[in-house]
Amino acid sequence: MSKTTQITELNSNPNVVLFLCRWCSGKGADLAGTSRLHYPTNVLPIMVNCSSRIDPQHVVEAFLEGADGVLITGCHFGDCHYKTGNYKTFRRMALLSRLLKQVGVNPKRFRITWISATEGAKFAKITTEMVEDLKKLPPYGKNGKGGDS
Amino acid sequence: MMKKINLAIALGATCAGCDVAILDLNEKILEVFDLVEFKFWPTAMDFKLDDLKKLKDKEVDVGIYHGAIRTTEDAKIAKILRQKSKVVVAFGACANFGGIPSLANMPFEQDMFDLVYKDVPSMDNPENTVPLTSVKINDVELTLPGILENADALEEVIDVDYFVPGCPPMVPLIEQVVEVLKLYANTGKLPPKGSVIAGTKTLCEECGRTKPEKISFKEFISPQEVDEMDPDLCLLPQGILCLGPATRAGCDGLCTKMNVGCRGCLGPTDKVKDHGLKMISALTSLLEVEIEEEMTEEELDKIVDKIPDPLGTFYRFTYGKSLIYKLHSEEELI
Repeated sequence: MSKTTQITELNSNPNVVLFLCRWCSGKGADLAGTSRLHYPTNVLPIMVNCSSRIDPQHVVEAFLEGADGVLITGCHFGDCHYKTGNYKTFRRMALLSRLLKQVGVNPKRFRITWISATEGAKFAKITTEMVEDLKKLPPYGKNGKGGDS
Repeated sequence: MMKKINLAIALGATCAGCDVAILDLNEKILEVFDLVEFKFWPTAMDFKLDDLKKLKDKEVDVGIYHGAIRTTEDAKIAKILRQKSKVVVAFGACANFGGIPSLANMPFEQDMFDLVYKDVPSMDNPENTVPLTSVKINDVELTLPGILENADALEEVIDVDYFVPGCPPMVPLIEQVVEVLKLYANTGKLPPKGSVIAGTKTLCEECGRTKPEKISFKEFISPQEVDEMDPDLCLLPQGILCLGPATRAGCDGLCTKMNVGCRGCLGPTDKVKDHGLKMISALTSLLEVEIEEEMTEEELDKIVDKIPDPLGTFYRFTYGKSLIYKLHSEEELI
């Protein structure tokens, strides 16, 4: 199955692409699951080894392939399995978010947050919050191009 | 005596700097005149579009096009050139990636026409006169080409065989084009379709500045803000924004030699889809690496805000052919 069909087959409104790191935020998402916490089914989780693996291009491609929002999660500062990976994500996404704003992407569509392995509740809260925020906005990427025409 | 190559040089939304760059070949231009027969080159010789139209289909061996596709006339000329030429070369950053004209595609808060003809502070236009595509004066209809919604790269309109990037393409690159033409004239052989006539690696590979093992910088500064510049050290550790790590080689470090950061006119390398995003990735990884653990969000904001226009900085030449261009949405502009 190609990436494109995966995002659009979610067929939920809104679709959120969620990047998880293998060590903290991924374990946090697991904990949310094993603790039977509710969080929306609108998210498509993609696990990578470290949040710094996520290139700005991945974010833009997610939007182009049908995502209404992109949520990047990683370890808290100081907790990174690779010591400094999340600092790089932090700086990279700061500049990317400015660029996205300049091309007219609503800042609510792109979030970055830090979740530790014990923060299942925080994971559920943030994903719910983001999906609720996006529900108030019109769908974004479904037409292949931004906007709602 | 070998047969001369029929050459046509057409232009769209361009500053004609590409034409001047061809003349910059100096004495090598004489070789070009020995090699080719000009069938169309309105900037330098007395040609009209009708001269191109009158030619038989595929009569031109090599058609060179420079400039972006901005108006209906540009698109029309490009299509005629394609029809009359065996191979078409996109010449210069505008024809390759949309170039600087394509920056007008970024979402504005208002209509571009209103902005340019009514609301610019220096504009005095009480009657709201705007250019029209046709007007009737004394029963005679005068027409002008219409403006297209977006300024695009040549490839969006016609099939392109070869690409020569650069703003304008530098003399060494044009010399390579001349070599290709020579080979074509002598043997009839051409490079594989889709070839980019420039380097394959990034500018850092051919830039002569010394690169320290670990590159880290504190902030982005403009060259004029530097008190004393190290003429041999890489520009990035000195804080000067240089797009070299993401930009194609081929210019021999023309700008970096003069202590000016690369602006990215040769575009990305073969494997990269989006020039600016790769540069953002590379650049922010190097920012304050040494003390990255102590940096707070406020400090980061302060540093990043020193780039007032990320889109114009990282996509100065390549916006028209970038992924991020496909993303733009006027509805959501805030």
